[in-house]
Amino acid sequence: MNILVCISHVPDTTAKINFTADGSALDPAGVQFVINPYDEFGLTKALHIKEAQGATITVLNVGGPETEPTLRKALAIGADQAVRINATPTDAITVAKSIKNHIQANAYDLIICGQESIDYNGQQVPAMLAALLDVPMVNACVGLTIDGSTATAKAEIDGGHATYTANLPMVIGGKKGLVEEKDLRIPNMRGIMTARTKPLSVEEGLSGSNTAAKAFRKPAAKSAVKMVAPDQVNELVRLLHEESKSI
Amino acid sequence: MILVFVESWNNQFKKASFEAVSYARKWADMAGCSVKAVVSSGASNPESLAQYGADSIATLDLAATGPGMAGQLSTMMDGVQGVVVAGTAVGKTLAPTLAALIDGALSTNTTSTPSSVGPVVVERGAFSSKGIETIALSEGMPIVSFVPNAIGIEEKAGAGAIESGSASGTDKVAVSEVSVASGKVALPEAEVVVSAGRGLKGPENWGMIEELAEVLGAATACSKPVSDIGWRPHSEHVGQTGIQVNPNLYIAIGISGAIQHLAGVSASKTIVAINTDPEAPFFKAADYGIVGDAFDVVPRLIEELRAFKAAN
Repeated sequence: MNILVCISHVPDTTAKINFTADGSALDPAGVQFVINPYDEFGLTKALHIKEAQGATITVLNVGGPETEPTLRKALAIGADQAVRINATPTDAITVAKSIKNHIQANAYDLIICGQESIDYNGQQVPAMLAALLDVPMVNACVGLTIDGSTATAKAEIDGGHATYTANLPMVIGGKKGLVEEKDLRIPNMRGIMTARTKPLSVEEGLSGSNTAAKAFRKPAAKSAVKMVAPDQVNELVRLLHEESKSI
Repeated sequence: MILVFVESWNNQFKKASFEAVSYARKWADMAGCSVKAVVSSGASNPESLAQYGADSIATLDLAATGPGMAGQLSTMMDGVQGVVVAGTAVGKTLAPTLAALIDGALSTNTTSTPSSVGPVVVERGAFSSKGIETIALSEGMPIVSFVPNAIGIEEKAGAGAIESGSASGTDKVAVSEVSVASGKVALPEAEVVVSAGRGLKGPENWGMIEELAEVLGAATACSKPVSDIGWRPHSEHVGQTGIQVNPNLYIAIGISGAIQHLAGVSASKTIVAINTDPEAPFFKAADYGIVGDAFDVVPRLIEELRAFKAAN
């Protein structure tokens, strides 16, 4: 079984986000980049499948050379090989088209993406990829079993869960639940050593974009908190009614 | 025209569905065109969409899944200048599928109506609400998926002509089971969210959180540590890697306010933090704060809110 895990190279969850002075882009100064947390659940799920039934795991990222340490980290965690599609990821549809081209040249049985990346929060690439490939997809996936060429996938829907069955190949937009937080793996020294010699190939991606980011800014700062004494909860109720009109 | 996909659940429209029609109306008024709503043929009371601005309402037999519905919509693009979808679970899969099928320009996580329409320019949340992106939908069909609650519902009459339509769409997955908790407010759409963290000391103490939520008609939520240790289900985890919410009111009880949690809630209009630690970072992100013990404050708050509800 061939599994493709798509990973994004994103600012760490604890990073303070700043934009360049002209507001055109993220200012990467002082920001540590990590494997997108949603994708980490997908990578770990792929490792579980490999350990249970055998698989070759390829990790893929669309980005510049600066994203290669993130791919190497995925190799150190246990992926077998990595592909970097050399392109600036400006637009989800262009990213999805680049990944589609790679998939069509390399047969994969299962494509696992995180449901979204924590940088641009598009939640677009997995569904776009499935549409371009004309294969099934399950988004917000919190459980997956593979039996031969059939997948059973559990997904979060508004207010509950749904379970779907589909034939492989398919695309998963995954999140926590695919595996648990405690299942996530930190690369060990042996993994880091072997990752250095695992193949990392570079393919050219597409350029062009249907959308254009015009500007970024930070949300306006909150005004100072109004404190209410714990024995004056009635005052809080009054403020919520009269001042903020929340109730 | 602006085409708006109007979701229903068990044949009833969702709140976000009316908001989607309001969004489409505002966009259409800027573009000087009409609004066409697409609804399931089973949805009750489709004519009610006219009061939010639908000029025509096409009823059709919809596929069961977002990608299947997107396939249907992709065949209905004649004369369409833009598409609106609410960012619900269905919408989050439908919108990007449609964008791929018709090579459109999609903004998801959108928090504003268009500031211009040639090309369409909107604002959207990025970097887990730590940033706001202004994006132009420059090439191809503009498609907007907006965050429920971000725009609001506005009444404005449309012509409301009902027409029955048909469009083929194929689901590529088979639905084998659906379970939705009845009588509970779904978190992403909730107007009020009551959320609690490790300060509650154990899952057995959630009774008062649920009671407070019931008084307020709120959805319940929790912090990441609480879902990781299994006190509450993952589906309640609010934060950067959980659900992102933007209710009118978010009440955080016994949650310190780690940056990852705040990223998931900072879009809330009003935030109340209740915590024993006066240095808890949540107080910097909150509008109102109480330094106090949840086990003392929450029962009082329930009592005061009951009295308030009785008097109003």
